[in-house]
Formats: sequence, C-alpha cells, structure tokens
Amino acid sequence: MSVMKRLTGIVQAKANKALDRVEDPRETLDLSYEKQIEQLQQVRKGVADVATARKRIELQAKQLQDSATKLQGQARQALGQNREDLAREILGRRAAIATQLEGLKGQHEQLVQQEDRLVATTQQLEARVQAFRTQKETLKASYTAAQAQTKIGEAVSGISESMSDTGLAMQRAQDKIAQMQARAGAVDELLASGALTDLSGSSDPIQAELDKMTASSQVELELSQLKGEIAPAGPAGEIGAGAPAVTELAAGGAETAAAPAATAPGSAAEPESAAEPESAAEEEEPADGEPVEAAGDGPKKGSDDLFSLGGGAS
Amino acid sequence: MIVRILNEGQFEVDGATMDRLEALDAELAVALAGGDEEQFQRALAALQTKVRSIGRPVDATTIVPSDLTLPAPGSTLAEVQDLLASEEVPEGEQTTTSNK
Repeated sequence: MSVMKRLTGIVQAKANKALDRVEDPRETLDLSYEKQIEQLQQVRKGVADVATARKRIELQAKQLQDSATKLQGQARQALGQNREDLAREILGRRAAIATQLEGLKGQHEQLVQQEDRLVATTQQLEARVQAFRTQKETLKASYTAAQAQTKIGEAVSGISESMSDTGLAMQRAQDKIAQMQARAGAVDELLASGALTDLSGSSDPIQAELDKMTASSQVELELSQLKGEIAPAGPAGEIGAGAPAVTELAAGGAETAAAPAATAPGSAAEPESAAEPESAAEEEEPADGEPVEAAGDGPKKGSDDLFSLGGGAS
Repeated sequence: MIVRILNEGQFEVDGATMDRLEALDAELAVALAGGDEEQFQRALAALQTKVRSIGRPVDATTIVPSDLTLPAPGSTLAEVQDLLASEEVPEGEQTTTSNK
C-alpha cells in the first residue's frame, strides 16, 4: 500500500484517538479546541527547549575556541623554550578540540534546522487554531445533526492532523536534543577535567612545566643581573633589561602579532632585546580567564566560524 | 487532492498530476522495504520537490484533512520506519488488537 496513504492514516489517527468517545459532535469541537490550546503551550515550550540546547552548543564551541587559542599560545611558548615534545603534546590536544568542534558544528546545524521548522509549524498551527475557534462557533450555532456532523468531522480531523504534525515535529526536535546532550556531556566532562580549558591554571601540568621553566630562567636572569650589579664592571641601567626577552616568549603565544619575537631564538640573557614591556606575560593570564562568561548570551545562530579553528593546528 | 509534507505544510495538488507522485511513492515503498537509505533519500527528496512544484500551498487558516502525507524533510529511513510501525501498535492505547 502506498506509503503516503499509510502515513496519512497514522498521522490522523494519532490525534483523533482522544476524541473517539465523545458522542455529541459539538462537544468534540470544544474538546478538540481545548487540546489545541494545550498543545500550543507545549509546543512553545518545545521551541524554547531547542533554543536552549542550541545556545548550549554555542557556548561550548566558544569555550573550545578559547581553549584552542590558549593551547596555540602554549605550543609556541613551549617551542620557544626548545620543548618540542611538549609542543607536540599540546598541539595534539588542540587537534582533539578541532574534532570536537566539528561534531558540535553538525549538531548545531541540525538544531537550527529543527528550531526553524518547529517555529514555522507552530505558526501554522496557531493560525489554524485561531481559524478553528471562529469556525467552531459557527458550526455550533448552525448545528443540525445530519448536515453539520460531516463538516464538524472534517474540521476536527483537519485540525487534529495539524496538531499531530506539530507533535511529530516536536518529537523530532527532542530526539535531536537528546542526541546532542550525549555529546555535550562528553565535552563538558573534557572541559571539567581540565584537559581542554584551565590550562593556564596552576592545576594544569603543561602550564606548570612552562611556568617552571620560565621561572627558573627568570631566576637565572635575575641572578646574573645581581651579579652584574655587584661586579663593578657591569654596565649601569641595564638591571632588569634582560628579563623581557623571556617573558616575551611567554606572551608571544596569545597574539600572532608577537610571533616574530617568539621565533627569534635569541638567548634570554641578551641585553639588547629588551624593547617590550615587561608586564606582558603577567597580564595574559587573568585576561584569558574571563571571556567565557561573556558568551552567556550566545552568538546568534549560524555563526559558522564559531565551529572552526583558524590556523593550522598540526 | 491535499498532500501534507510533515513539518512543512499542506499543498493542493491536481488529481490529474497524481500519477507522477504515485510512481515516486512506489519507489519510496521499495526503498523502505529494502532498507536502502540512499534510494529512500532520493525518492523522498524527489517526491517533496514534485509536491512543492505542482502543488499550491494551502492557506494556514484553511482547516482541511489531507489525502496523502509525506515524511518531514530530512527524515531518515529509520524515522519513517518507526512512524510506519506505529500503525500496528498504537502506543499504550486500548485500541490495540494484540491478542489475536
């Protein structure tokens, strides 16, 4: 039997079931209308659920982006300190983020689609429910059993079908949300475990190692400066001048503008390379911790660049 | 003839052009029976495109039941199979004739 015919029967039966037992067709009209109002409320909530799910994905994508940016910087920092092994590991993590983002992108697209469809279907249903309300009063007023019954039947099954369609649309949207939640949970876990974010925090082993190296070369540097101070032959006014060369390497990761500094493997103690402001490295960390909050409102849907990493990760 | 594309809306299609839909419908049935996702997607997309092109959208304030119904755009074969399966087993309702 025709697929289209079978589906028609199924869709119409779904919503008609509840109305089967009503004897008086006029009651059927009222009961049906009640159910329509109920469903409109449900479907509005459904639309809100899909939007919430979409925003969650957008927020996660933003967090992943932030992590990727941070990792990029750390990889550069590690390379600057001749730790290729560490840089390799960091870039490996960054690649994992890219994979997650790719998955999120697909789900985001699906949710946006579901949301749009659901909104459109709901608007149609709203218009029909409105029309039904007018029609139902007319039908009740002019009710003569034999003649009106057919018309009532048609109006009721017509609107029931629309409700059933909307119900199916809602169900599909909810299925997508459920699929999405599985992945979202996995990403949340990754984020929570510190594997992706908070790499600048003290709890992160990579950053700890980088910090340690920076700190120890800083110590060496200050030590040699102190030595210079004590030794009478040392050139005056250069205390602290050597330090920025190291912090520069640390800061270089965050911004591509600083790249030239990071690629110049000049020895840290070289006094001439002291042009950059010293505070650059210290300022970086608090600044990185914040932007996640700002994502609360979420970028508008369709912002595709949210789901791809700029620059080569590998 | 009123044809509904689920999640999209209703279209009024001339009875005379129905045979074109029926051929595509038959292909959809074959794909469903054979579990061939690719063929299913092709047939479904062709059907929907055809309905949209030969049909006139039914105004949203017109309340009328459909004669034919098409799965929603983007439906998977599994989704439609599930939907069709609910024909035999109405969920949790007493109308089930389970004890034959």
